[in-house]
Order: sequence, then C-alpha cells, then structure tokens
Amino acid sequence: MSINELVNNSVVSWMTADGPEADIIISSRIRLARSLAELPFPHLLSEEEKGRLMLDKVEEAIKPLPHLKMVMLSEISDLDRNILLEKHLISPEHARNNSPFCGIITNNDGSVIAMVNEEDHLRIQSILSGLQLNQAYRYADDLDDSLEQTLDYAFDDQRGYLTACPTNLGTGMRGSVMLHLPGLTMTNRQTQVFNSINQLGLTVRGLYGEGTEALGNFYQVSNQITLGQNEEDILNNLWTVTEHVLEQERATRNYLWSEMKYTLEDRVWRSYGLVTNARVVTSNEALALLSDVRMGIVMGILPQVPNRVLNELIVAIRPAHLQKMAGREMDSDERDIFRARVIKDMLTKNIKEG
Amino acid sequence: MKCEDCQSNPAVVTIAETYNGKHTQLHLCEECAAQRGYINFGSGMAWSKLLGSFFVSSPVQVGQVGLTNNKTCPNCGIGLNAISHSGKLGCSECYETFREQLEPTLRRIHSNTGHTGKIPKRGASKIIVKRKIEALKTKLQAAVAEEQYEQAAELRDEIKNLEMN
Ligand SMILES: [Zn+2]
Ligand SMILES: [Zn+2]
Repeated sequence: MSINELVNNSVVSWMTADGPEADIIISSRIRLARSLAELPFPHLLSEEEKGRLMLDKVEEAIKPLPHLKMVMLSEISDLDRNILLEKHLISPEHARNNSPFCGIITNNDGSVIAMVNEEDHLRIQSILSGLQLNQAYRYADDLDDSLEQTLDYAFDDQRGYLTACPTNLGTGMRGSVMLHLPGLTMTNRQTQVFNSINQLGLTVRGLYGEGTEALGNFYQVSNQITLGQNEEDILNNLWTVTEHVLEQERATRNYLWSEMKYTLEDRVWRSYGLVTNARVVTSNEALALLSDVRMGIVMGILPQVPNRVLNELIVAIRPAHLQKMAGREMDSDERDIFRARVIKDMLTKNIKEG
Repeated sequence: MKCEDCQSNPAVVTIAETYNGKHTQLHLCEECAAQRGYINFGSGMAWSKLLGSFFVSSPVQVGQVGLTNNKTCPNCGIGLNAISHSGKLGCSECYETFREQLEPTLRRIHSNTGHTGKIPKRGASKIIVKRKIEALKTKLQAAVAEEQYEQAAELRDEIKNLEMN
C-alpha cells in the first residue's frame, strides 16, 4: 500500500536531490485548491450522508487512475500522520484533523499527493526535487484534469475556482520553492532580498510554513496572488525571483570563499565537529549546525556526503521520524540523545569515497 | 382537481396559454408550477424551493433587502456572521448568496481583478449552459408577468432543451 511506502521509506520524491540546483533549492511545490460544487466546504462537512457523498465522488474520480490511492486519515496512526507532516506531504492542520472525511490521495513516491477535506475539498499537490516548478505544475495540472472529468468543480468565470477561503480564489494555485540560504543569512542580506520579493507579490516563510521562523536557514518563497494572474504568469514570476535569489546566494558564497576563506572554513568545520561529536542535540540546534554543514559539503570544504542524505537529515531528526526509527515512543530528552546518534551515523557512514 | 403534472398534489394554479394558435389551460400545484418556471411571488413555499435551486442570488431583487444581515446561505445554511468569524465560506453557493456583501472584502484581497487562469474543461460548457438557463428563466418570468404567453411558451421550450442536454 502506497501510504505505508511513503511513511516507511526514508526518502520521498522531493528528497532525492536529483532535480536541478538541488544543492540550494530543496524542493518545488505546486498546490491547487479545488472545491466540489454545492457540497458544504470541509469545515461544515459534518453530516454523514454528505461526507460519504463527497468521498464517493472522489473515489469514483480516481478509479481510472491506478497509480493513485485514497487512504482515510482515520486509518493512519498519529505517529504516521506526523511522519507525513515531517516529510512535508501534508499540512499540520491536516495531520491534526479528526474529521472522519479527511484523507490523502497519493502515488507511490509522494511526487503527487492530494489532501482530501483539508481547508478545501481537494488540495492537489506535486512536490519535486530542486527547481522544477513547471514539471510540478504539469503533474498537478494533469491530476486536476483527470479528476475534473468526473467531479463538478465549483467555478465562476469572474472569480475562478471557488475556495473555502476567499484568499485562494482564482487559480487556487500556490507555487512555492524551498531554498537553503545560509550565505545570505550569514551576511545579513536576506531582509533586503526578501523585501524586494515582497514587492513582487511573493511571500517568504520559514521551513514549516506560515508563522514559522527560518530554522536551519531554509526559506519558502511562494506566490501570494491567485486572482488576476494566470498559472503561467505565476510560475514565471516565481521562477524568475527564485533564479535571482539563487544567484544572490551563490554570489554571496563565492564572496565568502574568496574574501573570508578561513572564517568560513572554521565555521563549517566547527559545526561539523560539533554535530558529529555531540551526544545530546536539540532539534533547533541540529538544524542550525546542519545548515553550516550542508553549505560546507556543497562548497567542497567538508567530506562529501550526497545531497540526498542531507535532505534526509532535515526530516530524520524530527520527533516522529526519530521515534519511528527507534521503534518506540521517546520523550524529548531521549530524542535529543537519539538524534545526536542518528546525525553522526548518517553523516559519517555516507561519506563518498575519493 | 389534481395537478396535471404530478397527478398527486391539489392544483392551485391555473395557467392559460396560447401556443401555436391553440388555447390551453394547465392546472398545476405550486411546486410543479415553480418547476415549469411560473413563479408565484405570494407563495413562501414555492419561493423556498427555488432558493434551493437556481435563484440563489435573487432575494435582494424581490424586496428582502432589509433582511440581508440575517440572510443565510440556502445551500449550506451559514450566515454572514459565521463567515466573518471563521474567514471561510460555507459552500460554493455562498459566493453567490453573499455576492454583494463579499464584494468589498474580495476587492481588498484581490484588487479589482477577474480570473484569467485555467477553466475546467468539462465545467466550462456546463457553466455557460447554466448561465443561459438562468437568463432565460428571468426572461420567462417577465414574459409571464406581462402575459406574453406565446413568448413564454417558446422560452420554456428553449429552457427544456437546454436542461435536457
Ligand atoms: Zn404537481
Ligand atoms: Zn453556502
């Protein structure tokens, strides 16, 4: 069953690091919000009859798509829901939702995943490695087209796709790119870059979405505007801005390398030393140290570890993944000890030869 | 006398028509009359039936303006208070029900723009047909009100044709 694979495999599609610019651009994500006409939106969907009707329609719509499977959240344990959350496949709200009508539609590698009855009836997503916004859009768009052959979407020619929250009206599309920007952050230039991003109708957020700080120097850039721009405009705008930020990050790293070589080397080696020798490490400390380590590795300063392993680490050090790996529940003190061991193992065992 | 359409409810509406030069009289119950597009504005029941189907945006037009604050969505039952409280609408029909009231908010979020992106392939033609039917039904109402029965009959046929496809 595909949901088990997603939970148990250490790597899902976006973590493979086989996309372009995957050293700095961790992932590209497209999300399409879709509602079924006339049925109450998920937050009002409480009647058994209507909830069943909604799910039956969705079940019917995915029947011709053998690579997809729907699983109800109620069939997934709390731990496994958190695993999916930590892998960025579902939202925190969805992971916590106890409605009997919440579900997940997914393919085998998590490159295409739809949340059923999250804020909207359907949140169709594609998440790919590196800078692959167009490909991610193609996957999401294809699934959208397939579902639309059966489902009656709520649509208005003036307002576009009708969503539970009016902020998503129009295309219902949110494109986002997750970037690792330690260079810009270290040189305090991130604010300046982000201000110019905001002026272009895009927003910047931290690793785990809205309201989170940029742990580990991971930032998500996404479009804010959904009405008045078509999908292509949104993608182009986001693409252009991402390329610009990527260039700035690379330029900053080159500058650090040429002007402050020893300071930079000292910093990443210290962090490497700390994180591979620590016996107790909190999640936030780990993310901060691993940020330096990641930069040190991709800049060729530290022993070489594949980008895939570095992506895996972002996820593997989170509470649910640690407990899954340990095969038991752990309190936060136990997790800090176990985390230190996992990081050391993953970094030292995956050093590339030569 | 029983309704000639459903053969069960008592007929309370008599509709006189002239169609192709022939005069006919049709005796219908309130529901069936409404279904054929004859709207009895004096009747609460027929009206509430219609609210549930295609005249979602109409209450304001028929003089219920004073009630707009207590208005609830006929499809999902949610009111404006609940919407502004949660920031979420209750269903897709709410956008139509509260069109006027939502307008300022939507303008604030999205400026004065309209959708320029993707259109659902299958849905698009459906939407166009649905719009057409709505427009024809408005015309039909006017024709009936003006006792233009010939025109009304033509409109009704047109609506029937569209609804069957
Ligand atoms: Zn009848
Ligand atoms: Zn509603």
